[in-house]
Amino acid sequence: MTSTRDEGTVYERVQGSTDFQELRRRFRAFAFPATVVFLAWYLLYVVLSGWARGFMGATLFGHINVALVFGLLQFVSTFLIAWLYARHASSRLDGLADRVRDKVEEDAR
Amino acid sequence: MSQQALSITLFLLFVAATLAITVWASRHTKDATDFYAGGRSFSGAQNGLAIGGDYMSAASFLGIAGLIALNGYDGFLYSIGFLVAWLVALLLVAELLRNSGRFTMADVLAFRMSPRPVRTAAGVSTITVSIFYLIAQMVGAGALVALLLGVTSEAAKAATIALVGALMITYVTVGGMKGTTWVQIVKAVLLMSGAILVTLLVLGRYGFNISSLLGDAAAQSGVGEAFLRPGQAYATPEEGLVGRLDLISLGLALVLGTAGLPHILIRFYTVPTARDARKSVIWGIGIIGTFYLLTLVLGFGAAALVGSEEIAAQNEAGNTAAPQLAERIGQLMFGDVGGTVLLAIIAAVAFATILAVVAGLTLASSSSFAHDLYGHVFKKGRLTEGEELKVARYAALVIGAIAIVLGILAQRLNVAFLVALAFAVAASGNLPAILYSLFWKRFNTAGAVSAIYGGIASAVFLVAFSPVVSGSEEALFPNADFSWFPLENPGLISIPLGFLCGWLGTVLSRERNTAKYAEIEVRSLTGAGAESAVYH
Repeated sequence: MTSTRDEGTVYERVQGSTDFQELRRRFRAFAFPATVVFLAWYLLYVVLSGWARGFMGATLFGHINVALVFGLLQFVSTFLIAWLYARHASSRLDGLADRVRDKVEEDAR
Repeated sequence: MSQQALSITLFLLFVAATLAITVWASRHTKDATDFYAGGRSFSGAQNGLAIGGDYMSAASFLGIAGLIALNGYDGFLYSIGFLVAWLVALLLVAELLRNSGRFTMADVLAFRMSPRPVRTAAGVSTITVSIFYLIAQMVGAGALVALLLGVTSEAAKAATIALVGALMITYVTVGGMKGTTWVQIVKAVLLMSGAILVTLLVLGRYGFNISSLLGDAAAQSGVGEAFLRPGQAYATPEEGLVGRLDLISLGLALVLGTAGLPHILIRFYTVPTARDARKSVIWGIGIIGTFYLLTLVLGFGAAALVGSEEIAAQNEAGNTAAPQLAERIGQLMFGDVGGTVLLAIIAAVAFATILAVVAGLTLASSSSFAHDLYGHVFKKGRLTEGEELKVARYAALVIGAIAIVLGILAQRLNVAFLVALAFAVAASGNLPAILYSLFWKRFNTAGAVSAIYGGIASAVFLVAFSPVVSGSEEALFPNADFSWFPLENPGLISIPLGFLCGWLGTVLSRERNTAKYAEIEVRSLTGAGAESAVYH
């Protein structure tokens, strides 16, 4: 697969192509900020559970308090990010990835 | 029929069904791709269920329900880390790993680096993490059967552990990944059905009013509304700052550990494409998330309907809260017979849960032993596929035997910390190596080796001198005291150390592999040259 031609391997040439650069940009533009957001959001939750007991223990209605709602929101955000990523990947990544893959396989022949 | 007899009958039915599947799977296991990766022919949904099966261990099902039942809100807090963790796997690991690896975690590292040192490091780490996890599950199995079947003798517990071990060895050696995956799927369906059934009955009793369920749980708990707030189990006021840091340390290990657990990583190889790996993680997130929401009801339900005193009287850690709740809600709704039947069902489901998880762990460690350590390091790749698979089967036998012996020896010890330690090691050693290798151009052999060994060593070292090993009543060695590290969870220190070691090792070494990085980057993002599925 790593047939060497004029300059570098097939993969190095593909890596430098605009299509691949765009694919990588689109992938990272979602995955990296999303990771920062969910980690920060989760850490905020854990830190508040440790330090802001009064706030977390405040009753909203009946026996439902802020801590419970905050915890349930972690479920909501996890499901939401997973769904958004799936949507992003199928509309913005998959087609482009197929195109670059075809190019690699063509080049390698 | 007594509850014990009914439990055993249901459990034997599960064993018979899974053994039949295993034998069927063995007929369709012809080569290494079948044995290690189930022929890569599972669908996203199937593998998503299997991910749930591998992940929802007895520690989650019984442990978290028990934690909530005894400590209220903090048990729920624990479960959230286990769920959020899956986003790391979804966004950064699953698809890229599927595209660039073949059978084990080491494949991805060996792609760019000098294969022998990184395979050795990855193999050592895989086996370490899996053995920690295995011992915790085995000891749990012994304790569980004692409680549910009413046997108390040490010999009966040891026999149970041996039986669980023998079954897991059979699943792995005979059925390989194909058989093991189907065992996970069956278990996940049973566990979800059991949890949904009990949850609906509990909610039904409270007219689907969560608030009144929580109110009842708080009233029964003896601590009132504080039961519904953080601070009963973790970072209690007496623990001060140390307790709070420990909480963050635990949270970090849970969130960052999952995507470094070897038995989870090899799940991504069992599907035909990276897109199916993505789908399987999304299914997994749906199933695992739903499961922890059910556990929330089970835990508070047990606190409200059984009461913490009765639960703690059975098992100090609350591990029998879910089965006790099943019995109580069955009695309340359908009379004594209903209680007996429901308890029997949940007890059998709990056994199935343990059995499936230990099989997944045994497969991950024996695959890594045969493929990485024996095949590539010891024999330098000069091994036929048939020989390697034979080694994998023997390795499963030996690792299984070790787990049985250690599980029996550790009977009287408090090994609950081993699950958290497995997560900490995975987060400190494996995750930095995987992430650097997928995303950092400069990363090299010295970096990978330092990240893995540095991460494992710092996690294990810190835990060895922490209060969970010595110096407290609940410690592994309660009569000794050589602890000086205040935190029970090493993650807060060991995870940054693992990343730091990986960075330092890299920049101190001259090795660069730009061409190989181009290849892994292009392949991981596009699927070019990825291993394809085989259908027999």
